[in-house]
Amino acid sequence: MQAETLSGGFADPAIQSAQAFRGVMEAMARPGTVRSISGATPPAPLSGAAGTVLLTLCDPDTPVYLAGEADCDAVRGWLAFHTGAPLAGPSHCMFAVGTWDQLNPLSVYKIGTPEYPDRSATLIVECTELTGSGACLKGPGIKTSSALSVPEVQAFQHNTALFPLGLDFILTCGNTVAALPRSTRVSEADGATEVSSCTLP
Amino acid sequence: MTQYNFAYLDEQTKRMIRRAILKGLAIPGYQVPFASREMPMPYGWGTGGVQVSAAILTPEDRFKVIDQGADDTTNAVSIRTFFERTAGVATTTATSDASVIQTRHRIPEEPLTEKQILVYQVPIPEPLRFLEPRESETRKMHALEEYGLMHVKLYEDISRHGHIATSYAYPVTVEGRFVMDPSPIPKFDNPKLGDMAAIQLFGAGREQRIYALPPYTKVVSLDFDDHPFEASKADHPCGLCGAEESYLDEVIIDDAGGRMFVCSDTDYCERRQAAGHVGKLGGKDAA
Repeated sequence: MQAETLSGGFADPAIQSAQAFRGVMEAMARPGTVRSISGATPPAPLSGAAGTVLLTLCDPDTPVYLAGEADCDAVRGWLAFHTGAPLAGPSHCMFAVGTWDQLNPLSVYKIGTPEYPDRSATLIVECTELTGSGACLKGPGIKTSSALSVPEVQAFQHNTALFPLGLDFILTCGNTVAALPRSTRVSEADGATEVSSCTLP
Repeated sequence: MTQYNFAYLDEQTKRMIRRAILKGLAIPGYQVPFASREMPMPYGWGTGGVQVSAAILTPEDRFKVIDQGADDTTNAVSIRTFFERTAGVATTTATSDASVIQTRHRIPEEPLTEKQILVYQVPIPEPLRFLEPRESETRKMHALEEYGLMHVKLYEDISRHGHIATSYAYPVTVEGRFVMDPSPIPKFDNPKLGDMAAIQLFGAGREQRIYALPPYTKVVSLDFDDHPFEASKADHPCGLCGAEESYLDEVIIDDAGGRMFVCSDTDYCERRQAAGHVGKLGGKDAA
């Protein structure tokens, strides 16, 4: 077993996971805000933020799907040692992690049932950039409107149309995190980056 | 403090609760089932709120607990002490100083900010429960958005009393989709639920449900065009601080029918008194 597998976890799990969770919760509650979280140093290609989210939320109760390059021995070993989460395919996972292209198609993930819409997957999307500009966001958690660099607009619009079913997204880049719950209405920014200029109902 | 894991619960339990909170925030007003644990206090004493607080607290937080608005009742004092001992967090009674506020049946009078989180203790999370006892059926009713029964209940109030007599746990619609029980807060507090800057989390321990309202969520109290929702309170000023706008408790002060009305939010009342506001029964005459 390699040293990389054993290292890179939380040094003080109770405290660090609590602090990391607050970052993720604030991100989920206020779509469009970008926060930094830290604690984990996972093996490549996972970002620090993605690794921290996995350590904060995953355990033997949560099947995880490693998409694309994330599905390597180093990540498998690291995740198994630190969380004990079983690996699963996209249609059975509770969490999935990878880049946007590798996570697609989105139609295979669980979106919940009408009686239990919470039984849906949460996708951890590794992004090359994550900033509070780009597509326009509206919905719960957002006072008027906010903006976020999203990998694609149409997929999120389709996801929102499924409400109350649907997927929830945690976007990660480096040590920053943002979130797009299914309740957020995403639209193309109207040319200008000014957030007040978006035209969503 | 070292005898316990941080904030009492074990890490796997906290992860389970945290996952439920995230799904709750993603589906505002929807009740997420969670595996509620036994807590070292009886059901009905806020075990749901305590578990939610335990899952979100960090060592940097300043924690406040209110019970019907009061910081100094048994329930509030014991939960505050519980987290002082098991999480080592700082505590306060000042609403504006707190980063996490656990509440039983009130929303503080002072508007909350984006830096704060309000955690509710919920006895019965299902607004349809007294109309339909079967969980399998209420699940279906939420799935199909079949809320006619709720309106029938309010209508029966009107036909019997001439107005909507439901005065607490008044049902609301969240973002035009889920009907939610705001916990037994007085309907006076209902208008504060919507468009609140703070995150609102609801925990029901015995009933094993967590739900949430993200900030600035649209929350509408159910009503009829000809009987619009009305946030009501006792028509008196506070006896101690003279506040006209706050929610009041009626207190019997003798055995001759004497009574007084005082702010249910003790921190709000004390601040007003400290600022020089005096009600009719304020000063040394007060009990």
